[in-house]
Amino acid sequence: MLQIEDLKVRLGDKEILKHIDLKIHPGETHILFGPNGSGKTSLLMTIMGYPQYEVAGGKILFKGEDITRMAINERAELGIGMSYQRPPTINGLKTRQMVNLCAQGEVAVESLARQVNFEAFLDRDLNAGFSGGEIKRSELLQLMAQAPDLMLFDEPESGVDMENIALVGNTIAALLQKDGSAEETTSKMQAKLNRTKMGLIITHTGYILDYVSADKGQVLYDGMLSCVSNPREILNCVGESGYEECVRCITGIN
Amino acid sequence: MYNRDQLAKKANAARRKQSAIGPDIDLTEFDDAPSQHSYLAEEDLCSLPMADQNQLLMAGLDVREEERGGTYLQKDTDVIHCHAQQEGIEVIPIKKALETEPWIGDYYWKLIDVDTDKYTAAAELGLHDGYVIRALPGSRSIYPVQACLYLEKENIQQNVHNIIIAEEDSELHIITGCATAPHMKKGLHVGVSEFYVKKNARLTFTMIHNWAEDMAVRPRSVARVEAGGLFLNNYICMKPVRSLQMYPTTHLVGENAVARFYSIIVGSPGSYYDLGGRIFLKHPGNRAEIVARTISNGGDIIARGHLIGEEPDIKAHLECRGLLLKGGRIHAIPELEGLVDGVEMSHEAAVGKIAQEEIAYLMSRGLSEDEATATIVRGFLSVDIPGLPPQLKAEIDKAIEESDKDMM
Repeated sequence: MLQIEDLKVRLGDKEILKHIDLKIHPGETHILFGPNGSGKTSLLMTIMGYPQYEVAGGKILFKGEDITRMAINERAELGIGMSYQRPPTINGLKTRQMVNLCAQGEVAVESLARQVNFEAFLDRDLNAGFSGGEIKRSELLQLMAQAPDLMLFDEPESGVDMENIALVGNTIAALLQKDGSAEETTSKMQAKLNRTKMGLIITHTGYILDYVSADKGQVLYDGMLSCVSNPREILNCVGESGYEECVRCITGIN
Repeated sequence: MYNRDQLAKKANAARRKQSAIGPDIDLTEFDDAPSQHSYLAEEDLCSLPMADQNQLLMAGLDVREEERGGTYLQKDTDVIHCHAQQEGIEVIPIKKALETEPWIGDYYWKLIDVDTDKYTAAAELGLHDGYVIRALPGSRSIYPVQACLYLEKENIQQNVHNIIIAEEDSELHIITGCATAPHMKKGLHVGVSEFYVKKNARLTFTMIHNWAEDMAVRPRSVARVEAGGLFLNNYICMKPVRSLQMYPTTHLVGENAVARFYSIIVGSPGSYYDLGGRIFLKHPGNRAEIVARTISNGGDIIARGHLIGEEPDIKAHLECRGLLLKGGRIHAIPELEGLVDGVEMSHEAAVGKIAQEEIAYLMSRGLSEDEATATIVRGFLSVDIPGLPPQLKAEIDKAIEESDKDMM
């Protein structure tokens, strides 16, 4: 389980996350909504452990351990992984080598790459000249090799062309054990109980909801998680009346 | 033809002439008296002490001579092994060539002036030896010829003159190393090299330096590439050296001639490197590229590059990237000189540290900070060199791999 309690985060001298409480249970996937600049990426980077996001209060627990002050790689070891929106280029490091590094040993790189239609890029420098959609597939390929328990996705569908959107969506569903493959052998209820992978997905478009059945939607507004609801409802509400109205409406009901 | 008396006269006049660039070396500090090493047969090569064999191997010389087209091994001032084992390839010690080969006069001191500076003068006045490697017209070498200039005697000054000739339509690969014995500390290596790449010939020359900490090194080299020829020059130096200065020059003298220089340098504390290359593009269709990757761990590195476009329809690019890991200095000096309309020349130079963002990215995939740094550095040094045979690529990767441990 990921448990965030009263988290305050500063970036430089600016308070970007004011008060965050969040629980993601094993098997759950949450969708994170919010306008530009609301702190969505900052929340993901803080959970991953980027030191420039300074935790000024509160704590983050993962699998019962307090990881608030843990180094990035220790969090990765513990089972947290991230799919970045704009990862840096690593010159001279081939994508193939990176996939092996993620797996911490030899892995069937070719067959993993085939699943995200990425074989042709394995011998290219990591992220060098990749298009938006290619970056997303490369990130997914790395996560497939790394196989973390909690996956943080920063806009995984942005820049992906129509041809590949289903591929990306279905791959994320499979990573999160939400592709129905377990249901073939067990009941739906049992499959849900067996599910362990956790996900937190940032999306603007909501396309990802066509492929991944999310358990909850969260709206991050002005540095706070302002409502929890069914992700489809949030999407509809925001689409009709905008974030400000949407947040007011829901807080009003509460 | 050449006249040794005249050359000696010219050289004598330049005995004290300082080099145009680089710190001056006091030659009186070194001893250039001949050493007395005896010649080794093929089977004796393998009986060299293991420690020496390892030093040689790090400089690209494999004593088993597997997958090699020939070998030249010079220890201090003496040739201790020299033979070609492939048809169409000649490997001859230069002193012998000067006595027996009438054609040598067309090449000896024809690209470099003997009175360029005190080092070229010393190479003539106190010539110890050196190699002449020649690929006959149309010959294709499969395996590289290996050449190594080995220093063992403390405080030696080694004076070497090399001539490399790729005749018309030939293909020649050379892997050459300079190395010092494990116990050796101080010495001076002076090396003159003249390269002749004739019509439609391909020459790849990969040089790996593996010096002792207190060595001074002054190579002087010039190449001449004829129409349709390709000269690929790779240089790797990842070990400490007191002072190294070289500025190899290439003249593209025929249409569609191409030259590419790739250098990989790691500068340790106390080391001083002033290096780079200069390429003159004199005919339509000429192409040139200079790529340098430098890392300083506290060393002082000057990375130069100078491209001169004298004719339209030439293309040249210069890339100089430096990484400061633990202090030191990297001074990139890229120069482009276009003399007519219609030249296409560009450069990119960057000096900096490893981006924190890249380290964090790799750490989020489970690598420790040190592993992430090492991975990025290895990537930085792994340059894709077009036209380099896979076997030589493997040699370069090996050299990088070996020094990786020392660097971190």
